[in-house]
Parts: sequence; structure tokens; C-alpha cells
Amino acid sequence: MNIAANDLLAEHTQRARQMRVEDIDVVDGALYQDGTWMPYFERLRAEDPVHYFENGRFGPNWAITKFEDIMEVEKDWRLFSSDVDWGGVLIWQKAPENRLRSLISSDPPSHSVKRKAVQTVVHPRRLQQMDQLVRERTIKLIEDLPLNETFNWVEKVSIPLTTLTLATIFGFPMEHRHLLTHWSEVAFADLLGDCDTIKTEEDRAVELNKCLETFLELRAERRRTGETDDLLSILTHSEAYRDVDDKELLGNLITLIVGGNETTRNTMSGSVLFLNQFPEEARKLRQNPDLINSMVCESIRFQSPILAFRRTATRDTVLRGKQIKQGDRLVLWYVSGNRDSEIIENPDQFIIDRDDPRKHVSFGGGVHRCVGNRVAEMQLRILWEELLKHDLQVEVVGEPRRPYNLFVHGYTDLPVQVRSLAG
Amino acid sequence: MAHKTPSIHFELTDGSLRTVPAKAGVSLMRHALDNGIPGIPADCGGDCACATCHVHVDPGWFSQLPETTQQESDLLDIVDDLCDVSRLSCQIVVTEDMDGLTVKIPEFYV
Repeated sequence: MNIAANDLLAEHTQRARQMRVEDIDVVDGALYQDGTWMPYFERLRAEDPVHYFENGRFGPNWAITKFEDIMEVEKDWRLFSSDVDWGGVLIWQKAPENRLRSLISSDPPSHSVKRKAVQTVVHPRRLQQMDQLVRERTIKLIEDLPLNETFNWVEKVSIPLTTLTLATIFGFPMEHRHLLTHWSEVAFADLLGDCDTIKTEEDRAVELNKCLETFLELRAERRRTGETDDLLSILTHSEAYRDVDDKELLGNLITLIVGGNETTRNTMSGSVLFLNQFPEEARKLRQNPDLINSMVCESIRFQSPILAFRRTATRDTVLRGKQIKQGDRLVLWYVSGNRDSEIIENPDQFIIDRDDPRKHVSFGGGVHRCVGNRVAEMQLRILWEELLKHDLQVEVVGEPRRPYNLFVHGYTDLPVQVRSLAG
Repeated sequence: MAHKTPSIHFELTDGSLRTVPAKAGVSLMRHALDNGIPGIPADCGGDCACATCHVHVDPGWFSQLPETTQQESDLLDIVDDLCDVSRLSCQIVVTEDMDGLTVKIPEFYV
């Protein structure tokens, strides 16, 4: 971290400690853009772990900040609903007519049917078949990387690799795969941030409508060609999806595109950054490549690529002594649960050989637990296996840049130079 | 007279049987992990939060096990290879009278 970033964090640490705890507002995209969120959550976890804040950007909501509380809420879907009829899973509250139903914003029993249909596409056996393809693409990409020359890792590695995999899983035309990345960015771009592609909600609606139109056409084609083993086929032929209306189709498309894209992409960038910030861990990894699997899990924890999801209380209840009212919004801050020292030892340290590396809340829990977690882990594992086999070291040579966003926790720029350690 | 050590049997997807010593008070999932039984990743570590420790219990044993809780049955609703004798192995705490308990590992994570 450079001096300016250090100063900024120090300033926020002081501010977080001195302000009245009831005034802490974590629904602020700047905290995640600047990387200054940590001290606020640290104070909340210690003093007000179930934290009500009334006057935030999206109105009153509860910040749920502790690992165990997050899991408790996740597991009780009857009490804490994800369903669009209660408001869905996003922090902001949309008018009912603007809400999009999808598998993630449905409660059981309809959720179970939709989820199981998608699950067949990311079945471990199918992923084993994809391993070789992902590896070949990864090898080709890293062999073409320039050496000793500064470039943006996000643009040259994280985005292309995850987009290729996503297009394969969808069965989306490879030549247009950049559209998946584009829609993924458009879907949750924060209009308060610097977004190049869209400036207004109308822009967003236009772009997402193109996404819907494209998939409607692809679906019409698929109806003629029969079933295959990709997502497009599931969306076309499965009982769970074939009759959903356009709005629900779009809701599912956004969920699956963002879920399959942003999360892995940002952890790919994060893993490079963390191994630079913790050089001792990079040394451990190089000496013992068997640690790749646990390093991947640790990167997913440390990054928390989705900041938070929301639930809505379906009746009055009490959580950690706080009176929650029916209709209240609860925001499950994974980014905070993953730094809970009651559950994770030295949570602010990136440690690649933890005893229980899967102990994190990045994938959520309960019936909505991330359905594509094995796809994410596979891509990250293969990337690091090949980087190590090729004796390449990725050195971060400038400050990372992150988007202003309250949902996706990622990077737009990560300046690196790749060095060859061979010979 | 020496007592026979109580044991648990895991039927693997290739049809072979692995017998491990039973430890009372320890979950069935933990028995699988500690003995390297393949196909039980147990992602959440036994918190009834992930459904990655699914097993098929021998029908003769199924009715003798403690009942499935609502939380467990919610998760079973999202597993592949669900059948009438499906359970999450993290929710079955082995007791002394479970000597000979037999469960089958579904194919999903193998």
C-alpha cells in the first residue's frame, strides 16, 4: 500500500473509533472503493453487531456483521425471506413492479426446483470434464503474457479467463462472449460511481433488455436443436425454466451471469494482490504447491467478492437481543463475517495453510449457498497451478483500483508485471 | 472376553465397503472425514449449512436414526441423488448402539 492509501486508512480507523457507534453507516460505496471498510465493521462486531441504521442511502436496515449471526439468518429462510414478494436479496428496495424474480430471490419450494435444475450444469463430474479445456485456455493465456512489462491483470487475465468459462457453461456463442461481461457490469453498476457504460437507470434498462432479447433468440434456436448439457439448454428445456416469463428469465440470467463472472474474476485479482501483500505466504506456496487448494479458499474468504446479500424478516423476532420487526431488512455483510475473530483466528491475516480453509461466509449458507462454488474454485486452482508450473511470478507494481459499489467487491485495475523465475 | 470394536460401514460408489471404528458422540460426517472416505467434502464443517455431506442410509438403519430436523430437510431438498433414505451425515451423531450402521456415499462429489 502506498503512503496516501495508508494515510486514508489511518484517518478512517481514527474516525471509526471516535464516532458514536449508532452513527456508523456501512451502506457507503466509497468504503469499498477506497478499502476503508475494515475499522467500521471491527467496531460494529465488537459493540453493536446487529446494527440498525435508519438514514442510510437505501433507508433503514440492519447490518448483520458476525459470522454466526449471518449463518443463523441464512439458514432460517422461513423467518428471513429471500423472496421478491418480501423485497428480494438486494440491499436497495425496489417497487414491486421493478423487482425481478430469480432462483436466488425465491424461497422454497419453487427455489429448490430452480436450483436443482442449474446444479446439473455445475455437477462435479461435468467440471472434471471441463478441467482440461479450462487448463488449455489458461496455459495459452499465461504463455502469451508480456514479461517485465506493466499491464492490468484484471483486463488481461481475470476477465478473459472467467468470461471464457462462463460462455462455455452457458453454451453462449464464443465470438460474442464479451457481452456476458458487459451485462454483468451493467446489471449492478452503481450510478454514483464512475461508470463508463451507463449513466441512468434508463440506460441500464436498455442494455438489460438487449440481454433478454439476445437470450430469447438463443432460446428459440435451442428449441429447434434439442437438449445439451449447458445452462442455455436448462433455461430452454427444463421444466423449472422453460415457461418462465421474460422478467423472470432476465432475473435468472442476471443472477447466473453475475454469479459466474464477478465473483471468480475478482478473487483471481484478489489472490494476486494478497500474495503480494503477504510475501511469506507467496514463498510458502512456491515451496509447496499442494497449498493451492487452501490458498484458493483463503483468497475467497479474504476477498469476499460479494459484499452482502439482504433478507427480509417475515415476522417479528429477536436477534442477538435486538427487536427485529416484520418487514425489516437485514443486510448480511459477508465482508465482515469473514473477519470475525471469534470464528477465524487472525482474520485480517492472509494465511494460506489454515486448518479449516472453507470456514468462510463468502458462499453464504443454507438453501441459497452458492451453487457455482466448485466452478469458482476450479478456475482459481487451475490458474495458480499453471502460474507455478510456468515459474511465473506476478508482481503488483501500482495501486489497485476498485469500483464504487455496494454489492460487488472487486477491482477495475491491478497493475502488475510478470517475471519469469525459470533459469 | 475381548469386545468387538463397534464399527460403521461406508459403501463407496464403486461398490466396495470401508469399515471404520465407531466413536460415540462424534458425527457420522466426522467419521468419514477422519477416515478419508471420498465423496464427503463437508464444506461448512458440520453446521447444517451446505448439504455437501449427503449420504444414503441403509433402509434397515434409517428408521432407527434420530429424526431429520426441518433445517436438515430443507437442505436435503436441494441435493442431487435425493432418495427416501437420504440424510446429512453431519446431523447424525454416532451413539454406542449404532454398531454396524451402514451408509452409502452418493456419486455427486466423487
